[in-house]
Amino acid sequence: MPPRLELRNITKSYPGIVANDDISMSIMPGEIHAVLGENGAGKSTLMKIIYGAAQADSGEIYCDGKPIAAHTPATSRALGIEMVYQHFALFESVTVVENIALAVSNTFDLDALARQITELSNRYGMPIDPHRRVHDLSVGERQRVEIVRCLLQAPKLLILDEPTSVLTPQAVVKLFETLRQLASEGCSIVYISHKLDEVQELCDTATVLRNGKVTGTARPKQSTSLELARMMVGAELPEMHVSPSVPSEKPVLEVRGLTAPARDKYGVELKNVSFEVRGGEIVGLAGVSGNGQAELISLLSGERTHGNALSIQIDGRAAAHLNASERRKLGMAFVPEERLGRGAVPPHALWQNAVLTAHRTGLVRNGLVDRKGANSFAAKIIERFKVKANGPQASAQSLSGGNLQKFIVGREIALQPKLFLVAQPTWGVDVGAAAFIRQTLVDLSRSGAAVLVISEELDELFEICDRLLVICQGQVSPPLIRTKTNREEIGLLMTKVDRGNGTNGRGEVAVQD
Amino acid sequence: MAAPVIATVLTLVVGSLLFATLGYDPLVTLQAFFIAPLNSLNGLSEWLLKASPLILIACGLAVGFRANVWNIGAEGQLIVGAIAACGVGLFYPNPESPILLPLMFLAGACGGMAWAAIPAFLRARMNTNEILVTLMLTYIATLLLSWLVHGPWRDPAGFNYPQTALLSAAAMFEPFDYAYRLNASVFITVVAVFLMWLFTDRSFLGYKMSVSGAAPLAARYAGFRESSAVWIGLLAGGAAAGVAGMAEVAGPLGQLSPQISPGYGFAAIIVAFIGRLNAFGIVLGGLLMSLLFLGGEAVQMNLGLSAALTRIFQGILLFFLLAADFFIFYRLRRIPEHA
Ligand SMILES: Nc1ncnc2c1ncn2[C@@H]1O[C@H](COP(=O)(O)OP(=O)(O)OP(=O)(O)O)[C@@H](O)[C@H]1O
Ligand SMILES: [Mg+2]
Repeated sequence: MPPRLELRNITKSYPGIVANDDISMSIMPGEIHAVLGENGAGKSTLMKIIYGAAQADSGEIYCDGKPIAAHTPATSRALGIEMVYQHFALFESVTVVENIALAVSNTFDLDALARQITELSNRYGMPIDPHRRVHDLSVGERQRVEIVRCLLQAPKLLILDEPTSVLTPQAVVKLFETLRQLASEGCSIVYISHKLDEVQELCDTATVLRNGKVTGTARPKQSTSLELARMMVGAELPEMHVSPSVPSEKPVLEVRGLTAPARDKYGVELKNVSFEVRGGEIVGLAGVSGNGQAELISLLSGERTHGNALSIQIDGRAAAHLNASERRKLGMAFVPEERLGRGAVPPHALWQNAVLTAHRTGLVRNGLVDRKGANSFAAKIIERFKVKANGPQASAQSLSGGNLQKFIVGREIALQPKLFLVAQPTWGVDVGAAAFIRQTLVDLSRSGAAVLVISEELDELFEICDRLLVICQGQVSPPLIRTKTNREEIGLLMTKVDRGNGTNGRGEVAVQD
Repeated sequence: MAAPVIATVLTLVVGSLLFATLGYDPLVTLQAFFIAPLNSLNGLSEWLLKASPLILIACGLAVGFRANVWNIGAEGQLIVGAIAACGVGLFYPNPESPILLPLMFLAGACGGMAWAAIPAFLRARMNTNEILVTLMLTYIATLLLSWLVHGPWRDPAGFNYPQTALLSAAAMFEPFDYAYRLNASVFITVVAVFLMWLFTDRSFLGYKMSVSGAAPLAARYAGFRESSAVWIGLLAGGAAAGVAGMAEVAGPLGQLSPQISPGYGFAAIIVAFIGRLNAFGIVLGGLLMSLLFLGGEAVQMNLGLSAALTRIFQGILLFFLLAADFFIFYRLRRIPEHA
């Protein structure tokens, strides 16, 4: 039997970097194959080449023994190849079903397709409403859309580029069941993830890339995650040091009785949210995506303001009515979950993206942007956070996902905030860099800053947080001390059914079995 | 750089075919269109005279366009600027005063800005669509001008022509040479081009505007106010158009009449896009557009081409330029970096 997919000597360069260097590999029908590697190793580039969204400079691709010459995503789909992009490729201004129709069907029976989507997405534990507009969706929900789009097609080869980065643990379990089912029916799956436990659970074989080259293969089920990590990073992982926290007397962030209506009919209403974060501690906010995190974070960051100025106080000062820039003046910094388009301007160079929030640190003089200053600011972040980029002149969109994440986190930390809000800090970041970012967060808090981490990764929260909050259907639980709680308790709080006011029509968003 | 070259070659090919099929010698026609108008000093003077307002207005508009603020009513702002400036020129008590011209300059700028402030206010406060509002205000401005020159401001000694009295010498830019119409107002455009470059390329305010245009969510994330982008974008266009209107009345026209602009305000939109919204490009775009105006007139007069034909040819050139640009941009962005 010929392999489902065979790559021979694929090479691809971008200005200043060889993203894929003479890569060969093959995948058999029904095989679940992991591609592992550091941020910027060239994984996404290789996937885009397989899918036809990018063209290799040289090398050949065979599908079922037949060479595929110059191809495009459309011809790939005709061959039965489907791909979930790391940064989603959805049309923002139209609805979910219209998006899927564009990729899927040649008949335009939207109602039937919508029913199919609802049915399939519920079956796979990734509920989505086919009639919502994509720009209203959170990152997690977009990811579900992408996955459901591919699954609808009954593919022969399915490429998943970090599909679980923002999925809930429950959805991941369901997804894995589905993938195994697909594989047993003969579909080959290429799976990219930085979460090694997932890879071990799911994948039969793995190819490891470093600096664009194949550096090894592994059988994940027979290796420990430490071994895999070492293969990826090429060095030992740094060890975490979490010293005990010494919280400040007064809270740096104080939220009191914050109530806010939903932004639109699909948003979540915040109900009487109260909590505080003191200097010197890390507080984690756990919860299933779509339970009000987006609303809460945009109110905390000042992207949305609130009439009751006292409901959010930063450093003892009323702040709910202030916009993001004014809150940053009070010492706030913030890393949002969307890195392209929110945390960074995609076509702008990194030095320009440094100015976005760091202009306050003397990068603007007499109303003019200090380009040299911005360049060296960006260069420092690139160096300190080991961002793989072609210098401060590289555009944000040319960076690999994890590297852009490192840059944004680095930029915000370089502002030396008193209050640091961060959503999904290690989303898409490789194991080495994730450990580094976590350590930096711990160090930042131990130097006196108040840190609020919003994450769906319980492991991460348990590793670095001092106290944990859980958000569910717009309500935030009382704080739990990390050392005195456990995953089960948190998990229960995350999925509790809202008993208070019965059904509110959005039950399906929060309750995912 | 490939786009303009491709567009030019395509235009020349299609244009030649067009002229040849209609029985005109393509070489002669193209020569008359692009080269003959610039063969004399007077031709050069006219070229710059027409390019100047186009470039000036396009610079102002581009500031807004970069932030996705779509002011397409520069024509109206030009008219109101011209009215304001001419009003000062006609009614200022001392028609010989040396500060008359500077006052008219201010009046022109303020007039244009006031007209642009209406859509700015409506968009910033009530989220109305500035495309519609600016466009509709252009019609109002045209009617306002028409009413003034037919009614209260009509020159009593003007044989009932709908026009105002001529401005005094102190209220006009002095031509470099009385044989030609080009005057010192081109320096205003030179300064405007420099300011536009400084603003968009170097200033923090310009930086914020480009963030608003490229990624509105990032602007909100950083706390840049959307409303200030709207205000700055519209006021910059309004000021530039108003000054251009002032320079027309205080320059080649010397008075108000119902037709004070051959569509500079609209043509400047195209100029801004041909110039890719950057200062240097806009200068080239303005020079090209002005040459198209002149060449169109020249072939009609000298070779007897119909007005429709010259317009078609102008349209072809602009179409290819913008289309080539679009496809270049499209290609640049199409690989939306799925990293
Ligand atoms: N369009 C582009 N222009 C320039 N350089 C690019 C472009 N796309 C990718 N690169 C570079 O190619 C390298 C490989 O990128 P790629 O996105 O394949 O990494 P990755 O392995 O997917 O990383 P991550 O785990 O962070 O997603 C990176 O150094 C990146 O900067
Ligand atoms: Mg990637």
